[in-house]
Amino acid sequence: MRNETYTTLIRETLADALRRDPRVFLLGEDIGTYGGAFGVTRGLIDEFGPERIRDTPISEAAIVGMAIGAALSGLRPVVEIMFMDFLTLALDQLINQASKLRYVHRGQQTAPFVLRTPTGGGRGYGATHSQCFESLLLTIPGIQIACPATAADASGLLQTALTGENPVIFCEHKLLYPRRFAVPDALPQPLPFGRARIARRGDDLTIVAWSHAVLLAEQAAAQLEGEEISVEVIDLRTLAPLDMETVCQSVARTGRVLIVEEGPLTGGVAGEIGFRIQEQVAGQLTAPMRRLAAPDAPVPAARTLETAMLPSVASVTAAALELATL
Amino acid sequence: MRYNGGMKQEMGAMETVEIPSAATLHEWHARMLRIRHFEMAIERLFAEGRIGGTAHPAIGQEAAAVGMAAALRKGDLVTSTHRGHGHFLALGADPGRMMAEFFGRADGYGGGRAGSQLMADPALGFLGANGITAGSLPLATGVALAFRMQNEPKAIVTIFGDGASSQGVLHESLNLAALWKLPVIFLCENNGYGMSTPTSQAVAGTGLVARAATYGMTTFQADGNDIVAVWQTLKAALAHARAEGPAFVELRTYRLSGHSKGDPRVYRSREEEAEAWKHDPIAMLEDKLDLTEEARRTAREAAEAEIAAAIAFAEASPLPDPANAASGVLA
Repeated sequence: MRNETYTTLIRETLADALRRDPRVFLLGEDIGTYGGAFGVTRGLIDEFGPERIRDTPISEAAIVGMAIGAALSGLRPVVEIMFMDFLTLALDQLINQASKLRYVHRGQQTAPFVLRTPTGGGRGYGATHSQCFESLLLTIPGIQIACPATAADASGLLQTALTGENPVIFCEHKLLYPRRFAVPDALPQPLPFGRARIARRGDDLTIVAWSHAVLLAEQAAAQLEGEEISVEVIDLRTLAPLDMETVCQSVARTGRVLIVEEGPLTGGVAGEIGFRIQEQVAGQLTAPMRRLAAPDAPVPAARTLETAMLPSVASVTAAALELATL
Repeated sequence: MRYNGGMKQEMGAMETVEIPSAATLHEWHARMLRIRHFEMAIERLFAEGRIGGTAHPAIGQEAAAVGMAAALRKGDLVTSTHRGHGHFLALGADPGRMMAEFFGRADGYGGGRAGSQLMADPALGFLGANGITAGSLPLATGVALAFRMQNEPKAIVTIFGDGASSQGVLHESLNLAALWKLPVIFLCENNGYGMSTPTSQAVAGTGLVARAATYGMTTFQADGNDIVAVWQTLKAALAHARAEGPAFVELRTYRLSGHSKGDPRVYRSREEEAEAWKHDPIAMLEDKLDLTEEARRTAREAAEAEIAAAIAFAEASPLPDPANAASGVLA
């Protein structure tokens, strides 16, 4: 085992895929010599050259559209969109093109490509560089969404995405990049999509989270242990597909569930998960479901304002405590 | 055809201008008539309430489609627009299977999933029409990138209308294709209108090819209703694309039909349309071939019979199984 960052594991996984599979290439803004805005692709151009680590102009729609075209021609493009916020510029290609191909052409044309993008706040980048669009993406049938919370999961899910047959949006939370995790010396095993991870076992209540919020939930659970409240933390790993079986098994046992989401409350992923819990295990709930999300407002730039708005260890702990004592 | 504006003025391809044989012209004539009568049938079937949804006929633009398709080599690909029936038929689509798609039948090219705007058959080189204006341009640019990265001597033609020329993604695609010298032809069928808006009210500057020339791209212009000119222009553009990099082609034509079924055409006069009918590409080719009235009628009747058979095939085709309506979204 070794201690390694989320960034490094993604980079190692990309390098491994580039070495193994001549169809894989990277496409994005400033991913070559600069190494990407968050340094994920740093150094890859030295080994793989500018043909496979392709710096593009600032043209998100064309980048994603070209990835679709290259994918349906048999290549395996990996797109980097510098901030998830910029995905809005490519939504036509994602929503009207990539997600429709397999269905309307009955599998005769498909676009298996991976779109990596940094998500979320906590860095003071302000309203247009801090957003979480998972709930928006969840409304698009025909794409898959991965939101790994650990370095090993980032590698395992990315390996699966790179060899799969679907368009995948790969969400990398900015606060996770520099974090170190215990990982095996070799690359971790590939992970199937749609299989959640029980990040922490507990009996009194379940916290459901994904991406960086899993870390918040784990820290909250550790604090609540001091209050003699035993919290189970479920890391969804992928939002599409969504592993409701693991969630519902846990909720059926604990009877209480808190869903934590960094994006805005209204129309959020948490609402969807909550409704499914209601459909499947309503009878086993011993308290009303709770969700904790950002308010329906843009993410502010100032640290004090941003901190006040986004879910934190303190706010998750408080919400869980309240739920546990209902 | 004339060349202008581009960074490179490669005239080599023009030194051997091919003249199509009479037999070839007759074949093109039949194919243009197939498109014309297919589109007329679509308008009629809508009016009779026998098919639903929407459709954008390309009556008057048959030469652009057939001339383009005839210029391709095996392995070349095409992406099209919402007005794509003609391109698909020009590439050899089965009118019966196309008609079955309009009738929402299992034998349709999309089995009822694609409708008028998303039909495709990669085996025929047709990656599909597109419901989003300029939506397929970056996709085609990506296909061209794949050709280049896989060392395949192929090219892709991505078709769009004058209306698409103001979409941002067109400019993103032109820029990238020119930067990376990709084998893609940006083929603009300028039919004078983006739905109801005349090109003059939508396009600033000195014209469509001038926009492409800004990116250092070699540009071509031709009368899109003159099928021989279309064919020769596309041959030259494709040769350029394979050897050097992207080309931009503007074919000037006119949409004799409305924008879509049920368009009352309030934005233009009947006199303007009557004038445009004098440049009907099918009549122009018939004149070139010096066809007798009888020969014209015979060819027309053959096309009508073919389309009648296509409708019969479509109506006899089974309905798709509703149990599978939501299947096959993901692998």
